[in-house]
Amino acid sequence: MSEKRWADMAIKLPLDARPAIARGMRLQREPVQDAHVLLYPEGMVKLNRSAGAIMGRCDGVRTVVDMVADLERAYNQSGLTGDVLAFVAMAVGGHWLEARP
Amino acid sequence: MSATPVGHALGAPGAPPGGARATAQPARSVGPPLWLLLELTYRCPLHCVFCYNPTDFANTGPELATADWIRVLREARALGAVQLGLSGGEPLARDDLEEIVGEAHALGFYINLITSGIGMTERRIKALKGAGLDHIQLSFQDSTREMNDFLSSTRTFELKTKVAALIREHDYPMVLNVVLHRHNIDHVGEILAMAERMGAQYVELANTQYYGWAWLNREQLLPSRAQLERAETTTRSFRERVGDAMQIYFVVPDYFERRPKACMRGLGSVFLAVAPDGMALPCHAARMLPGLELPNVRDTSIGAIWYDSQAFNRFRGDAWMREPCRSCPEKVKDFGGCRCQAYLLTGDADNADPVCDLSPYHALVTEAVARAERAAGTSAGAAHAPTLTFRDHRVSIPVVTEGTEVHGEVAPSAP
Repeated sequence: MSEKRWADMAIKLPLDARPAIARGMRLQREPVQDAHVLLYPEGMVKLNRSAGAIMGRCDGVRTVVDMVADLERAYNQSGLTGDVLAFVAMAVGGHWLEARP
Repeated sequence: MSATPVGHALGAPGAPPGGARATAQPARSVGPPLWLLLELTYRCPLHCVFCYNPTDFANTGPELATADWIRVLREARALGAVQLGLSGGEPLARDDLEEIVGEAHALGFYINLITSGIGMTERRIKALKGAGLDHIQLSFQDSTREMNDFLSSTRTFELKTKVAALIREHDYPMVLNVVLHRHNIDHVGEILAMAERMGAQYVELANTQYYGWAWLNREQLLPSRAQLERAETTTRSFRERVGDAMQIYFVVPDYFERRPKACMRGLGSVFLAVAPDGMALPCHAARMLPGLELPNVRDTSIGAIWYDSQAFNRFRGDAWMREPCRSCPEKVKDFGGCRCQAYLLTGDADNADPVCDLSPYHALVTEAVARAERAAGTSAGAAHAPTLTFRDHRVSIPVVTEGTEVHGEVAPSAP
């Protein structure tokens, strides 16, 4: 997937959205691949560490703001809002995540 | 912290984003069999003219027992298999389907049931949901009772419509699959309207791939280019109208392409199928390939099958390739295309897939398309042409004698 296509998929998303794994998809840890994977019919996306960390927090309860705070704490970083929001927006645009109000 | 997912799709049409970033495996580094397909049975109440099952399916041995399937699941999962397709035939014909699903779910598989819906009841869908089935893909043959029933040689349209409602009621995404060909591709607008009425979230309009029974019927099934373009236009405008409410995947028939599909991302790369009789296959159609020593799960472990068997190593890497593939920079993208198509069309599985316009056999594809163009001009009532061969247990045996000779340009035979 080229960067351009990714950008095309991104949608506007408010910071108080509560993203959840899209219906019909499943996120799980795969020891053999040493990674989180996102599973859907006849397909799979292997996530890198950052994407896995973000997707793992998309439980439909936490807002994007909550997730950012949690990630910044867990990884001892700051200023992640832009990256997290951009990823979540793309993942919603690509139907990996559903944004619940 | 960058948040770019690493694409690693299994190559399905309609993959969500990220899926396209597949990379070629170096010849010697064999990854796990990520995608396991269990063809639980060749029994099927339908008789579809485009079925990819082998035309001699009636001659295969007895079906594996429940315990065998469960052993296959455990061994494959231990190697890293994670995506599970349950198909057939009609997988609902097995009354141990719920038990197989339960075990697969406990092992951590993502489970997709590929079904005609025949045999699905309220009781069974509840049991399957309870056992952990993740996803159901329901096939329709056309948008109307008449054409659905004609093309599957059954009376099933009403039943399928009921199953679609069951799927929705049990909170599964509504996923419809319709195989397209000359006799229904002009109904794409009606098919999409039917899908909309059923509340489908995903619709796969998959043009027929010419293997098995579909190969036998190819001359009757291949659409014309004009039909294909009309269908694409209809699909595009429907997409624009419904927007995000429905995802529509339109799979172009590869006969109309100039480069081959990256079939299975190369044989032995990610995909392992097990046929009803326990035969392990590097692709669904590979049973027909001569010179493949197909192992059987009854006497060989999945690990030995995947890593050590001749059948799964035969087309790994690129040492087997001939020109023009061997020196082609695109070999890392398409792996030479489909081995079965190369064999069916040229008589030799090591050749380039003749869909590629660099193949010296490409004319075999363009000539088939040209014949379809001529036929389209005269086929107003061709849906009812007597020359379609419906997949049938009784037909299966006589077909063997012709089927073994099938390659190159063979006219389909009537039952």
